[in-house]
Amino acid sequence: MPVTRGFQRRRPEPDRSRLPPGQYDTGSSWPVLTAEATPHQPAEAWQLSVDGLVEAPHTWSWSELHAFEGSSYFGDIHCVTTWSKFDMTFTGISVDDLLAVARPTSEAAYVMAHSVTGYTTNLPLADVTGGRAWIVWSVDGKPLPRQHGGPVRLLVPHLYFWKSAKWVSRLELMAEDRPGFWEQNGYHDRGDPWLEQRYQGD
Amino acid sequence: MPPAPLAAWTDGRIIELDHPTATTVRLRMHVEDRPRHLPGQHYLIRLRAPDDYTAQRSYSLASDSDDPLLEFLVERQPDGEVSEFLADVAEVGDVLELRGPIGRWFVWDTTTPVLCLVGGTGVVPAVAMARTARRLGRADLVRVAAVGRGPDELPYARELEKHGATFAWTRSESDGRPAGAFTRDELAPLLDGVELAFACGSARFASYAEELLLDASVDAGSIRVERFGPTGG
Ligand SMILES: Cc1cc2nc3c(=O)[nH]c(=O)nc-3n(C[C@H](O)[C@H](O)[C@H](O)COP(=O)(O)OP(=O)(O)OC[C@H]3O[C@@H](n4cnc5c(N)ncnc54)[C@H](O)[C@@H]3O)c2cc1C
Repeated sequence: MPVTRGFQRRRPEPDRSRLPPGQYDTGSSWPVLTAEATPHQPAEAWQLSVDGLVEAPHTWSWSELHAFEGSSYFGDIHCVTTWSKFDMTFTGISVDDLLAVARPTSEAAYVMAHSVTGYTTNLPLADVTGGRAWIVWSVDGKPLPRQHGGPVRLLVPHLYFWKSAKWVSRLELMAEDRPGFWEQNGYHDRGDPWLEQRYQGD
Repeated sequence: MPPAPLAAWTDGRIIELDHPTATTVRLRMHVEDRPRHLPGQHYLIRLRAPDDYTAQRSYSLASDSDDPLLEFLVERQPDGEVSEFLADVAEVGDVLELRGPIGRWFVWDTTTPVLCLVGGTGVVPAVAMARTARRLGRADLVRVAAVGRGPDELPYARELEKHGATFAWTRSESDGRPAGAFTRDELAPLLDGVELAFACGSARFASYAEELLLDASVDAGSIRVERFGPTGG
């Protein structure tokens, strides 16, 4: 691994306890990364379904989602394109609350998150339970902007951010893992930033 | 779908370097035994400091896969950690770490008729698509609509002009066309027969481009977007 002639760090020593390998602190900016056109979807018309290997498939409207007890995440997010953003506050509800209603069967081991655009991303069920995943509609106290997935996105902050599907409309419980959109396009199936699982084979 | 082969880190040597516009640098690099790529794919470029600190960023390829060298076009961002190094410090002979090719979505399959609606350095993947189309004798398949401040500030403007690209200059009037980005009416004829649209540029440009394409009745499922910009809403 050659040292690059003439290259020196430009940023102060990052807080390595918070910054996974290969990442940099993007500071106050929040890059937008999307491979599809941003959909126009009024919040009031939003619906979210949980189905597949569940005992009680269910669809919630925007107002029904808001009837759950709110839940917030405060912390950092990490994008596979190498930026990390510290100290974000997202508010919505815990995915645990939805699964408590839909009741995954004993075979359910994976989740496919689907968005209204047709985007998909796969996750082990264990990565979206135990208070580690949210359905969120606000960021830093304001409604989630459309380009960042508003009105509703999935939030799985301990994995690279492509797993936090924007404009999420469906969580499908599955017995077997199946690659989602980026996973079919060369990205890693799990995407743990601390293990630097960026691409297939990492 | 078989698992994608792992693109490992490898060394690339800068063979040619120039500054086509005041704010950009063009790097042509040699990589031993590199895999073929599809137009639209990108590489990671990684820089390593003496204390082992590293910084890596994504850069689209401008080159056709048959080109013996990989070609990148990088715009210097003010205070940008990687782009300022590439624009101001890097020299011919330097070795940088590279990883790629990456991306299987924002790629032209070489057979579908497409429109690239691109702005600023977002022209880079369109250049790769246009070059590949010309090599295949199918220049007609890749239509390019490019937005730039002016002909001297848009990288590859002359090459794209020869390819038959349509331009919108935002800072200068030309042939009676007032300065400004494309309108829906200007875009409409370019969409004739096109099956897929690629939008590429800064975050702001990409948002404008996808809105314009939707406005021009392109189906959302036929739009592929690549955002270069470090910042955005
Ligand atoms: C798929 C893909 C393909 C791309 N292709 C190209 C291409 O072909 N050509 C091209 O030019 N670009 C391309 N890009 C963009 C490129 O990857 C970089 O984002 C760009 O070059 C800026 O990187 P940088 O390191 O120079 O700037 P960064 O260091 O990332 O900073 C950008 C700006 O943010 C500010 N900033 C960032 N971090 C901090 C901090 N900690 N403190 C203070 N300020 C900060 C800086 O002031 C700077 O102005 C592509 C991006 C993607 C995702």
